Amino acid sequence: MIITRKKEREALLAMLRGVRRAALVGCASCAAACQTGGEKELEETKAFLEDHGIQVLAAVLPEECCHKMLVKRDLKALRGLELDAVVCLACGDGVQTVADNVALPVYPANDTLFLGQVERVGIFHEYCRMCGDCVLGATGGICPVTRCAKGLVNGPCGGQKDGKCEVNPENDCAWILIYRRLERLGKLDSLLIPAGQRHEHAHPAHLNLREGAK
Amino acid sequence: MSQLEKALRAGQFAVTAEVAPPKGADLAPALETARALRGKVHGLNVTDMQSACLKASSLGLCVALKQAGLEPILQMTGRDRNRMALAADLLTAASFGIDTVLALTGDHPAVGDCRDAKPVYDLDSVGILELLTELQAGRDCGGNPLTGVAPQYFGGASATPVYDPLPLQIAKVKRKVDAGARFIQTQAVFTAESLLPFLEGLDRAGINIPVLAGIIPLKSAGMAKFMNDHVPGIAVPQEQIDALAAEKSAGGSPAQLGIRMAAELAARLRAEKLCAGIHIMAIGGEKYIPGLLEQAGIDMQE
Repeated sequence: MIITRKKEREALLAMLRGVRRAALVGCASCAAACQTGGEKELEETKAFLEDHGIQVLAAVLPEECCHKMLVKRDLKALRGLELDAVVCLACGDGVQTVADNVALPVYPANDTLFLGQVERVGIFHEYCRMCGDCVLGATGGICPVTRCAKGLVNGPCGGQKDGKCEVNPENDCAWILIYRRLERLGKLDSLLIPAGQRHEHAHPAHLNLREGAK
Repeated sequence: MSQLEKALRAGQFAVTAEVAPPKGADLAPALETARALRGKVHGLNVTDMQSACLKASSLGLCVALKQAGLEPILQMTGRDRNRMALAADLLTAASFGIDTVLALTGDHPAVGDCRDAKPVYDLDSVGILELLTELQAGRDCGGNPLTGVAPQYFGGASATPVYDPLPLQIAKVKRKVDAGARFIQTQAVFTAESLLPFLEGLDRAGINIPVLAGIIPLKSAGMAKFMNDHVPGIAVPQEQIDALAAEKSAGGSPAQLGIRMAAELAARLRAEKLCAGIHIMAIGGEKYIPGLLEQAGIDMQE
């Protein structure tokens, strides 16, 4: 899931200086789960903006705000409204998808943080950096690229103390977790299989699964 | 070929020490520190922004040492430079005749003094060793041919002997050796006993590489306690902390006692042929190194 956090309310108002009439667009998927862009947050944001002199003429909640076709369909609800701006309560992808579909300035209500696991409601942990070269098969299902602060693929650095990371002692050393998991699975033979340090830096990336596509 | 490589090839007990570039633009004090160790050590590691604290570059001081006829060991971390910048610095080092390199991953900027710096880690210690191997084969980090004669390096790596789980540390050393490491300088140990399980682990894993045991002369009980609490892989035994505290209470010099302790450890490591040499990290006390070596009965001219 894409983990988002609400921007400071002052920062949101600062972006919206001069805006008198706005529409809100949430996201019923990740942002709803992150309590940043669901039904409740749309209502809260509407009340907050109206308290600060911004009229909210519509609130839309697409099933997935990163899905161009869904967003295009749902944004039809904004047609004919006299709007100065759209405030989007989704992730950065959702904000851009909305911006691609309206001829209005679109402002993000959230900061987009990471791709994470939902441990339980309201508790999220970064689990995947989307590096494009998955090593999880050799690491007991624990990602060193993400869960080691240095993203080390060739084993631990010397910086752990009592199994905790030098960067943030609240974090476990990913490589010690990997070692313990492989030990428990009886898979220590796959420990430290040489891994390349390949990096996909050519952004933006695209993927096309359609027939005939390269 | 560096003196360190020659000593290790000849099976001589090798001694290295460490010098840090300044936090400033004047290399003279570091050069003076290094000159005082001429003829006493086989090589001087020049640290690469140790503890992620900003300093003049390791390569810069290495060049100055080399030009002063000294024996620098270039420490290279992956923290601040991507593989292109690392390769460029390694080629430059070789052009000045600096061929002995310690490859390190590097402390994270978050623990240093420029915390907003972006961590790079394009390559880790293993990746830097592999890069050395590539350059030696006449290829750059993109596989493109280098011009002229391919540079030759003597690449080494670090290890943390006091480590739990130890088999993970041994596996990491094996990765480094497979990547081309030809010597190991360890995190500091304070007793021979704390080094032995690591050395036995290397033996059991069939890893045959010269190990220079890291030695830090303790200056006080407070320093020892601080390191135990804060520095990864450091385990000063309580008896040594107590002895340093007692020395202070008795009006003696804990720093001199620390040097005696370090000398005793060095002498024992050599006498019992436990490892190939020692790496002394004096942390500002470099002027005491000749005395330490004398007390240990170690003379590199022998």
